[in-house]
Amino acid sequence: ITRRTIMEVKLLGHFSSPFVQRVKWALKIKGVEYDYCEEDMVNKSPELLKLNPVHKKVPVLIHNGKSMVESLIILEYIDETWKTNPPLLPQDPYQRAMTRFWAKFVEEKFVLVAWEAFTSQGVKHENAVKLASEALEKIEGELKGKKFFGGETIGYLDLVLGWASYNLPAFDKIGPMKILDPLRFPAMDQWINNFRNHPIIKGDIQSEEELLIFWTSFANKIRKN
Amino acid sequence: MAEVKLFGCWYSPFSRRVEMALKLKGVEYEYIEEDLSNKSHLLLKYNPIHQKVPVLLHNGKPIAESSVIIEYIDETWEGPSILPKDPYERAMARFWVKFIDEKCAVAMWKACSSPGEEGEKAKEEASQLLKFLEEELKGKKFFGGDNIGLVDISANFIGYWFGFAQELKGLELLTKEKYPNFCEWVDEYVNNNFVKENLPLKDKMIEIFKTLA
Repeated sequence: ITRRTIMEVKLLGHFSSPFVQRVKWALKIKGVEYDYCEEDMVNKSPELLKLNPVHKKVPVLIHNGKSMVESLIILEYIDETWKTNPPLLPQDPYQRAMTRFWAKFVEEKFVLVAWEAFTSQGVKHENAVKLASEALEKIEGELKGKKFFGGETIGYLDLVLGWASYNLPAFDKIGPMKILDPLRFPAMDQWINNFRNHPIIKGDIQSEEELLIFWTSFANKIRKN
Repeated sequence: MAEVKLFGCWYSPFSRRVEMALKLKGVEYEYIEEDLSNKSHLLLKYNPIHQKVPVLLHNGKPIAESSVIIEYIDETWEGPSILPKDPYERAMARFWVKFIDEKCAVAMWKACSSPGEEGEKAKEEASQLLKFLEEELKGKKFFGGDNIGLVDISANFIGYWFGFAQELKGLELLTKEKYPNFCEWVDEYVNNNFVKENLPLKDKMIEIFKTLA
């Protein structure tokens, strides 16, 4: 475990952001102590606007006075800066390329599309459900025979998909959608179990009940409009 | 059988980026031109997920997505560094590439191809986005400093391709008055000996733009 003074590493985030969550997990895996600042995304702080003028979003990681944005970029920075065993990304260049390729796919074709499925209605919603299921078929192929994407230990790609492991089941329950079919996607079902029960992840996830309450209220608000 | 093969398309900026990276490292490769309206069975075999170019094949193993390929090239072959060595500088380089591809390129393309109000809005957005790149180039010859790096290679779209679109559409977006640093970078970039060899010919570009736009 690397010991650092708390002020050296700071994270600007928001509790509901899947992108922030990835960074928190990565810092936890690496044993990095940091100062966390919950941002008001409606009334953005001057610090946030100063440190992320281009996108004005969280997460923002500040290390030794230098700030970085974009969760996947931050994850690679964390892996390159705090070298622990095992690393978040594989060492072999070809395996790293595969990991980066799949991270992009998982993010763009699955996570964001599943979110679209949950937050949209009508044709947009139906399309998103269809596309998310098609993407999941491909992810299922990647997970076959593995405990986590990288093998025995959790890594970068697991963190990219991680948010879906506890939020997507809630979305499916609230409906009207069903993306995670354990019969169709048994490897994904197993991965969800493995991820949620991992010692690093377990303590931080809200209970199924809490998630259902939160997302039901959210869905009601947006569907009213 | 060549150890390194590249499936590409002569007018694709993404394909050209990968070629530039290979040439910077002095890697010998076999180039295979793909007809995007009639994709080869090999391309579909090596990139079943997206079915797009570029695809790099190294020792029989395929890699797709230009940004992923370029990082692989940098990690695999000796030669000038494409990405900086320092982790913070690397994070910054990756940030600018994402910004260029996901924000700038989208707005600039829309400004060229969308009619009426939508086009106007996109032009305004693109103007704001370009200011960030203008600022980033202050006091630098290239985004990578004294030498061409990842961001310069990835900004090929704005540096070269966009010029044709802008001219064809009579759009005044990237001008010397508004973006002196950026336009100076464009000059440096397209006149750089190494880059020059790797850009598609002007008259061919104009032809293809007329059909695409």
